[in-house]
Amino acid sequence: MNQLIISAATEGEESVSPLTPNVWEMGVVLVGFAVLLFIVVKFVVPMFEKTFAERAEAIEGGIAKAEKAQAEASAALEEYKQQLTDARAEANRIREEARAEGAQILADLKAKAAAESARITEQAHAQIESERQAAVVALRSEVGTLATTLAGRIVGEALSDDERSARVVDRFLADLETQNAGAAK
Amino acid sequence: MIALALPAQDSGTFTPPGIDEMHLPAILPWGAHEGFSKQMLLVILSVVIIATFFILAARKQQLVPGKLQFAGEMAYGFVRNSIAKDIIGGRDFIKYVPLLFSLFFFILVNNIYGAIPYIQLPSFSHVGGAYVLAAIVYVTWIGIGLKKNGLKYFKLATVPSGVPWYILPIVVPIEIISNFLVRPVTHSLRLFATMLAGHLIVMLAGSGIEFLVMQENVLLKGASVLVLVGAVAMYMLEALIMALQAYVFTLLTAIYIEGALHADSH
Repeated sequence: MNQLIISAATEGEESVSPLTPNVWEMGVVLVGFAVLLFIVVKFVVPMFEKTFAERAEAIEGGIAKAEKAQAEASAALEEYKQQLTDARAEANRIREEARAEGAQILADLKAKAAAESARITEQAHAQIESERQAAVVALRSEVGTLATTLAGRIVGEALSDDERSARVVDRFLADLETQNAGAAK
Repeated sequence: MIALALPAQDSGTFTPPGIDEMHLPAILPWGAHEGFSKQMLLVILSVVIIATFFILAARKQQLVPGKLQFAGEMAYGFVRNSIAKDIIGGRDFIKYVPLLFSLFFFILVNNIYGAIPYIQLPSFSHVGGAYVLAAIVYVTWIGIGLKKNGLKYFKLATVPSGVPWYILPIVVPIEIISNFLVRPVTHSLRLFATMLAGHLIVMLAGSGIEFLVMQENVLLKGASVLVLVGAVAMYMLEALIMALQAYVFTLLTAIYIEGALHADSH
């Protein structure tokens, strides 16, 4: 049977050039390719592109996340450094203030001590002066009495009139003081 | 089948199989001269194979692909990146990926048929399919050129810039002939002729082995081994050419589209 078919087939196509197309085959290829193209455009390419895009996004998203974490870490580091610098500056400032305060306190104490010593000296001076006055007064009466007694013994007459003798002594002393003052001048 | 039958008719002389044996009788109606042929069945089968494979591979859309998805992505990525992106480039290459992708795998599967035992018939060993694909590409790239540049496209495509005016009368006809007349013809015939030739060689080797084995002479019988070795080598070469022609056809398509897109800079 094969032989018959072959002879039939070859007989019919003996004259056909290989470059002459079979219209039906062309139709099948055209329709087949159109169907394939449609499926590819509609399903295959979108699905692959979607997967590719998702994958790229996942990778880029990961990179972005890592970059964000990196940025956050460096920001935190920067913040810590800033805080450290601030703390150092604060400590320095406090130390400076303390030093200044100490110096101030020292100066205050010195001034107070000086004032106190001045006051004490003043007081001493005043006391010495009053004591001198008291001594002067005491001496004056004593000297008067002694002189009167001495003069009475010398004169031989009791100068009993105290009032007069006191007046004499006073005059004498006033003269003496005037002389003293004149000598001092 | 035919190759086996022919030498048996007359064992004295070797009748090599010719072009006519390329035309198998139809499947439906069985054995008829005209009708539904094996090629048509194979073409339809190729569409089913390609669509099924890639839809199955792409369907899961996992970020970390499985084996099937990885294979699909490799194949898709090859056409997308190595052909479309590298040749057309820019941001709009993605528009032409579906066409290039379909062309590549349609031709590849239909060619590889020629290397599969029992099928052993590349669909494009018949010229019709090659004409159709080349025509689709031809219309596409001219359409792209017209859409991009308007009617000025024909001037851009045929009058090369930087050529002295007195050479133009020679150059312009050459450009017209090479770009608009010869290009689609070579594009289709390259595919068709390589497939036809490959198929003929395999067929010839097959019938030659058959003829030599049938001989009474022991030496002639032994010579069939040499033919067999040669036939295996040719088969390998043919398998390479099948893949290569799919690549070449798609690559040329990409180059034509690129040329039409950037006609003003060529």
